[in-house]
Amino acid sequence: MEILSKVHATNLVKWAKDKPQVLVLSADLTSSTEVDDFQKAYPDRFFSFGLAEANMMSAAGGLAREGFLPFIHTFAVFIYRRAFDQLIDSVAYPNLPVRMVGFLPGIVTPGGITHQAIEDVALLRSVPNMTIVEVADATEIESILTGTENIRGPIYYRMLRGEVSRLFAKDEPFKLNTARILSTGNDITLLSSGICTEEAMRATTILKQRGVAIQHLHISTHKPFDDPSVIQACSEARLGVITMENHTIIGGLGSATAELIATNGLGKSLQRIGLKDTFAHGASKPYLMREYEMDALALVQTVEKMVGHDLDINEIDLQSVRLQAVHSAAKAEAL
Amino acid sequence: MPNSSQTEVPSNWKENASRIANRIRLRVLEHVLTNNGGYMSQACSSAELFAALYTRIVNLAPSEAPMIPAPFKGVPASNNSLYTTGGIYNGPQAAHLDRFIFSPAHYALVLYATLIEVGRMSPEGLKQFNQDGSSVEMIGAEHSPGCEVTNGSLGQSISQAVGIALGRRLKAETGRVVVMMSDGEFNEGQTWEAIASMSHYKLDSMLVYVDVNGQCVDGKLNETMNVEPLQSRLEAFGARVFSVNAHDLEALAAPAELAPDGRPIFVLSYSNPTQGLPLLQNRAPKLHYLRFKDEAERESYLTVYQSMLANMPAAE
Repeated sequence: MEILSKVHATNLVKWAKDKPQVLVLSADLTSSTEVDDFQKAYPDRFFSFGLAEANMMSAAGGLAREGFLPFIHTFAVFIYRRAFDQLIDSVAYPNLPVRMVGFLPGIVTPGGITHQAIEDVALLRSVPNMTIVEVADATEIESILTGTENIRGPIYYRMLRGEVSRLFAKDEPFKLNTARILSTGNDITLLSSGICTEEAMRATTILKQRGVAIQHLHISTHKPFDDPSVIQACSEARLGVITMENHTIIGGLGSATAELIATNGLGKSLQRIGLKDTFAHGASKPYLMREYEMDALALVQTVEKMVGHDLDINEIDLQSVRLQAVHSAAKAEAL
Repeated sequence: MPNSSQTEVPSNWKENASRIANRIRLRVLEHVLTNNGGYMSQACSSAELFAALYTRIVNLAPSEAPMIPAPFKGVPASNNSLYTTGGIYNGPQAAHLDRFIFSPAHYALVLYATLIEVGRMSPEGLKQFNQDGSSVEMIGAEHSPGCEVTNGSLGQSISQAVGIALGRRLKAETGRVVVMMSDGEFNEGQTWEAIASMSHYKLDSMLVYVDVNGQCVDGKLNETMNVEPLQSRLEAFGARVFSVNAHDLEALAAPAELAPDGRPIFVLSYSNPTQGLPLLQNRAPKLHYLRFKDEAERESYLTVYQSMLANMPAAE
């Protein structure tokens, strides 16, 4: 699989080239949030706010009122934990087009409690006027700014940095509120988001070989969350639905799916993979995904419980899976 | 009370502003008597400041908003095209004009009274105060007349004004951004974050007036959480600071006449929270909100009101 580096950094500079209204606001995490290239390319459109997120959030609201498109860049926790009051009053209530780019979602960082954004989707999903999106790979990072360009209100981006895989075909860009159908099948419907999608893909390949028919949908829009293809997929799941998210299972994708299943009267059981109402601590991503049962093996074990028997899949099987960038199943069928 | 009028404007701006300040106090007292409650001390402390801001300091276009505010048109949302902020009462925006950012939402009653006395709102508008379905809300919201940003969570307006000032600089606009704050807001850490950024970005287009009345909800600000010495604290942050008597119109207006020198200007307007209404001193130290304890207290205020009304020069 293709691995790319600093995808957001490169993409933002390219995307903002002919958009003089695009500004970047940083809170002393300029290279850590991959906006150092933007700063070099467009110094007049870059504003350093120092370690002062509350002021930065409200000032972003002021800049948006003046017709600019400010992109706040910091670690996700500092956006919604430190500046939540400002996010609501200075940005979300007036429905201003402030873009909040939050890095270090869930357990991707060894930074521990202070740096791991494990409840951001839960909090922000409850804020009116918000749009919430999350990237899983290079293709989504490359296309998400264009894919959300016309949204009038505030947007929260759950962003990835550094080395990122390309899971999805380069010519299949992010589409708002549109799931990617990665596999089809009527036994189990699996909804995954962010880094959990790559992890899930390791398992689904082998699960398919073991005869379990899984309809795997990748979710990149947390709000709005009413894509008809997701409702359809949940309704078709013979044995139930699984959600898999790099987030606490309360308030994020798992909860949104529960609401969707109940609201639409689908009557399906739901298994939620994610942080099970616990904080994590500082350690490596693979370690934490295993420790908190958010990895491919956790998915296999959940599927085994649902089908009612052992599928004879071990960690070595899962690690040996070679992933390639995929086209969505919907498009593959159309070809 | 008689309606205000724009027809008789004294040639001396101070005479005019002084008359407006007295009428702001009178109108707020009338409102408090009618409604058995209101933010009275805020009017006492800041009447001259609001009068000076709206008649002398802030360069605004005439309002084109309806004299009687329209009913609330719904919260801002992507599917609500009718929404406007209360900034329309400060006139259409233009590159050369100033912007007025009203911060302490609890002073909304004083702001509404000011809009009436300077001819930007009808006295009937105040009858909608705190009425269901009205935009003339008790704690000013950004859709309330004269407000432009959401300000009820204190300390946020100055930061929003920083964004507005930076944005206007990028657009090469020459108008200033004038912010009115209360001293209690200097308890908030965000206020100091904002001041640091104003100084860092040399936002000398920003002019901040602070009603230093020494009051907060719990009583005296210096006993609740001291903010003094504000002058030296602000100077240490790199601001250009003037401490003035809040009831001296000349002193209030003078700093706004200065040529910019790279520093944001703060005018600390030291006020008497019972100015023009000594009777209110009986309630010290808790002056945040006046609700009459009994009919006798209400009568005592009514007597003062009638005396103030009798001494008020008649408007044309």
